[in-house]
Amino acid sequence: MRPTNKPHGFDQPRSLGEPRAWVLGLFLGVLALAYPLVMGAVDQPYFITFASRVFVFALAATSLNLILGYGGMVSFGHAAFVGTGAYATAILAQAGWVSAWANWPLALGVCALLASVIGVLSLRTRGLYFIMITLAFAQMLYYLAVSLRVYGGEDGMPVRRTLLPFGLELRDEIVLYYTSLLVLALALLLTWRLVNARFGWILRASSENPTRAASLGLPVFYYQLVAFVLAGTMGGMAGILLANLNGWVSPSFLSWHLSGQLMMMVILGGVARLWGGVLGAVAYLFLETLLSEFTIHWQLFLGGLLLLAVLAVKKGLTGLWGKERG
Amino acid sequence: MRLLEVVGVSKWFGGLSAVNNCSLSVEKGEVHALIGPNGAGKTTLISLISGLLFPEKGKILFQGRDVTHLPDWRRASLGIGRTFQIVNLFPSWTILENLVLAIMARDGHGFRFWKPVVSERHLFQRAEALASFLGLEERLEVPVATLPHGERRTVEIAMALAISPRLLLLDEPLAGLSPQESVRVVQAIRKVAKETTVLLVEHDMEAVFQLAHRVTVMAYGTILLTGSPPEVQASKEVQQVYLGEHEPFA
Repeated sequence: MRPTNKPHGFDQPRSLGEPRAWVLGLFLGVLALAYPLVMGAVDQPYFITFASRVFVFALAATSLNLILGYGGMVSFGHAAFVGTGAYATAILAQAGWVSAWANWPLALGVCALLASVIGVLSLRTRGLYFIMITLAFAQMLYYLAVSLRVYGGEDGMPVRRTLLPFGLELRDEIVLYYTSLLVLALALLLTWRLVNARFGWILRASSENPTRAASLGLPVFYYQLVAFVLAGTMGGMAGILLANLNGWVSPSFLSWHLSGQLMMMVILGGVARLWGGVLGAVAYLFLETLLSEFTIHWQLFLGGLLLLAVLAVKKGLTGLWGKERG
Repeated sequence: MRLLEVVGVSKWFGGLSAVNNCSLSVEKGEVHALIGPNGAGKTTLISLISGLLFPEKGKILFQGRDVTHLPDWRRASLGIGRTFQIVNLFPSWTILENLVLAIMARDGHGFRFWKPVVSERHLFQRAEALASFLGLEERLEVPVATLPHGERRTVEIAMALAISPRLLLLDEPLAGLSPQESVRVVQAIRKVAKETTVLLVEHDMEAVFQLAHRVTVMAYGTILLTGSPPEVQASKEVQQVYLGEHEPFA
């Protein structure tokens, strides 16, 4: 009785019960688990690092999709959280907090706090003003990082990589790969549950029609703020991993270029789609790498391809995969 | 018992006084109609009561409690439900999803992050029951954007009802409806009014005099009089406002 093809609709949990989705999920899971072993065997560590990079950007894009897609909050300052996560982990590690148990919760706490402050101030505005104010906050942090000589100023600073339990170190590219994969998988699971739970329904309602949501007795502002803080924290986690991946943090992690890249990934992959951020990150990073092999003007061609993708595929790449996921 | 009391409220938009020193009371259980020519300030007054707008002067008491400065969502959770003159729903959602959301809002436990809504059968059962109460049970899975205007109006009323309001504010529920559609919506309102106190803004005089126990007439941002339907129909002043030298009643 429930039609399968809804115009906006919901990522319904039951759609995962479909055999096709299970088979595909199992296949991708095995592939992802076996990938570093295969690449290690053929001695191509670069591809392992590249995949980790994809996971980290997928995580950042997924976190942005939670507010931009599901929450309708078009933030042009998501780099603020990625960059803060990266700087926080680097600064804490420099101070001797190298264990993930201490380092990560503290760094994520900083990001959550920052997201609360930016959220409380930005969510008083809507539309274009929201875009501008989130951008302004991120740029403020960018110039703060540039001016902090202790932390390398414009050049940035090296990162002492985090120690994981059981003597694992993120310096090892295979450990980093599996850690990023696990974190991304957890983030996707959380997002999936979240958007289908009451919180997600109300978040989407607040995006589609805030006046009506309020007239039903829903405090729209608080729901949006909680989503904003969650997304900021998740973005901070991506920053922590990115710092460990690069072994270096610099103010560019806070710049609007990164915010714009993440936005492009979300739009390319699929706005308000569970896999939108992942597909967007995969497509964007592949295109970037491929095109830069051929030409130094790769950004021009990437821009053209993005334009085509947005015009041709309205729902992003997730829209290409058969019927709508719910 | 007085459910709602509006005491001397005023609202200006720039230099224009939209509502000027208006007082009004709604008794528990009644259908109270608010009528007046276009631009009389009826919708503004409704929005002042629902908390979409805030008055510059005056007080609004709901169940004896001063709600003048409470935001709209707080007033809704206290029991003031409203519909909008221009249909105001979640257009890409189905009727069922719209109603489930409203029932969820009434529950007041929105910060649930893990349990899927589709597994909460009781929400859907209540939504389905509400839909059949208003005759919407046939179209539950249809996105409201694709519904005919009359049904969207009914969904609009169902949404407001889903939060079990103590006071229901209906802002021109018959606007833009065909005569047949009007009959259906009037039936729905009559059904609703048996259980809920209603403050109704409407231009359709026939419907107003059918439904209302008391009628308040507004013109130029002020209240002319409040009385029973026969009293209002007999009033010279009212006839003058509608038929006299002023703007004619549409």
